Amino acid sequence: MTELVVGTKKGLFLLEGDADSGPFEIQTRAFAGEPVDYALRDPRSGRLFAAATSPFYGPKLFYTDGDPASDWEQAEGVTLPEGGDQALERIWVIAPGEAPGVLYMGADPGVLFESHDGGASWEINQGLWNQPSRREWQPGGGGLCLHSISTWPGDPDRLAVAISAAGMWLTEDGGRSWRRGNRGLTPRYLPEAEIDPETTALCVHHVERSHSRPERMFMQFHGGVYRSDDAGESWGEIGAGLPSDFGFPLKVDPADADSAFVIPLVADMDRVMPDARVRVYETRDGGSSWSPRGDGLPAEHAYLTVLRQAFTSTGQSEQLELYFGATSGDLFGSGDAGATWCTAATRLPPVFSVSAS
Amino acid sequence: MAVVRVRGPLRALAGGRGEHELQGATLLELLRGFERSNPDASGWILDERGLIRRHINVFVDGERGDETTAVPDGARVDVIPAITGG
Repeated sequence: MTELVVGTKKGLFLLEGDADSGPFEIQTRAFAGEPVDYALRDPRSGRLFAAATSPFYGPKLFYTDGDPASDWEQAEGVTLPEGGDQALERIWVIAPGEAPGVLYMGADPGVLFESHDGGASWEINQGLWNQPSRREWQPGGGGLCLHSISTWPGDPDRLAVAISAAGMWLTEDGGRSWRRGNRGLTPRYLPEAEIDPETTALCVHHVERSHSRPERMFMQFHGGVYRSDDAGESWGEIGAGLPSDFGFPLKVDPADADSAFVIPLVADMDRVMPDARVRVYETRDGGSSWSPRGDGLPAEHAYLTVLRQAFTSTGQSEQLELYFGATSGDLFGSGDAGATWCTAATRLPPVFSVSAS
Repeated sequence: MAVVRVRGPLRALAGGRGEHELQGATLLELLRGFERSNPDASGWILDERGLIRRHINVFVDGERGDETTAVPDGARVDVIPAITGG
């Protein structure tokens, strides 16, 4: 039995089911009517987190160790310094860290929070917050969002984060100092003469690290799919063979550094599935080739959009389970690493995020 | 002193009380005082910049105000989420 934690435009949904046998059952809806931008259950503690951005009261992080229908507490410290010229706009991602009780959280405007008490209280990572270049960072279409946090299995000091459109940032001292990791990225939305990996606005859409080979990372860029084999220092394009190399979410098989999955959209000006068919594209050779995986997914008249946090996985290898939700409110799952798919749910509100455990 | 009136989730975060007697020369001072004395509501009306959140309206004796609006002694201050949408 798999639990899906689904953040939507109109609340949080918890579903349970089996990707091999069809629809999941909705167990709980919480934060009714509120946009839940990101939600997950920390597998280490079982604690459930929901980041909600009330249109009235601003972004807040809540957590529960009890009944997810009602028993939520607001986390402390999820705020920018008072008296500055910026306000917290939205929480984009939460990631369990490598050290016990440590979690990271990425938010707009390009801010990384960390917690050392299991997520009850948070503080800003000062190293990234005080980056001298911060004043020049430019937001992407979704804001100045820190949306990807890649820990290094077994090493709490090494971390990579991605910010749209301030690019990749790497640390090897637990976040005290950061440097860029953008060599090789080619933003086609700028004239070639303008590209400087240290200063150019780089619209990274999503980044994932391989668990089995941590120096290998995959990136979905704003036009371009990339791979790094040097822990995010430099990148090479691997998008040839995809129907489009524009998209947002990406997943990596934790057991196989050569296996990754993307969900292409037509282009930035037409953010729906190519050929109006719902397909996940899989590589088993590190991006040298790609194959469509759509058995069981809508094959015609499907103009779906999948957002960057709405694709998740649990398990690995042949038992890798993949799940993604669309802004149409449809939710799909595979229990066999993408070979076959089922409809896990329909008619949910627009799906913002999906996590599985 | 002025009376700050809150409702909905703000009331729940303020100990279940809908009316709060507070001192403040401007709306910003008054609302900061409200959030200080009700820390669970901190950041719910004012953002980090000290601005009233975009979809919250605050009225002083029935007139919509902003952060700089003067609050006369005995004023009634209503904090009301906006009716948004179309």
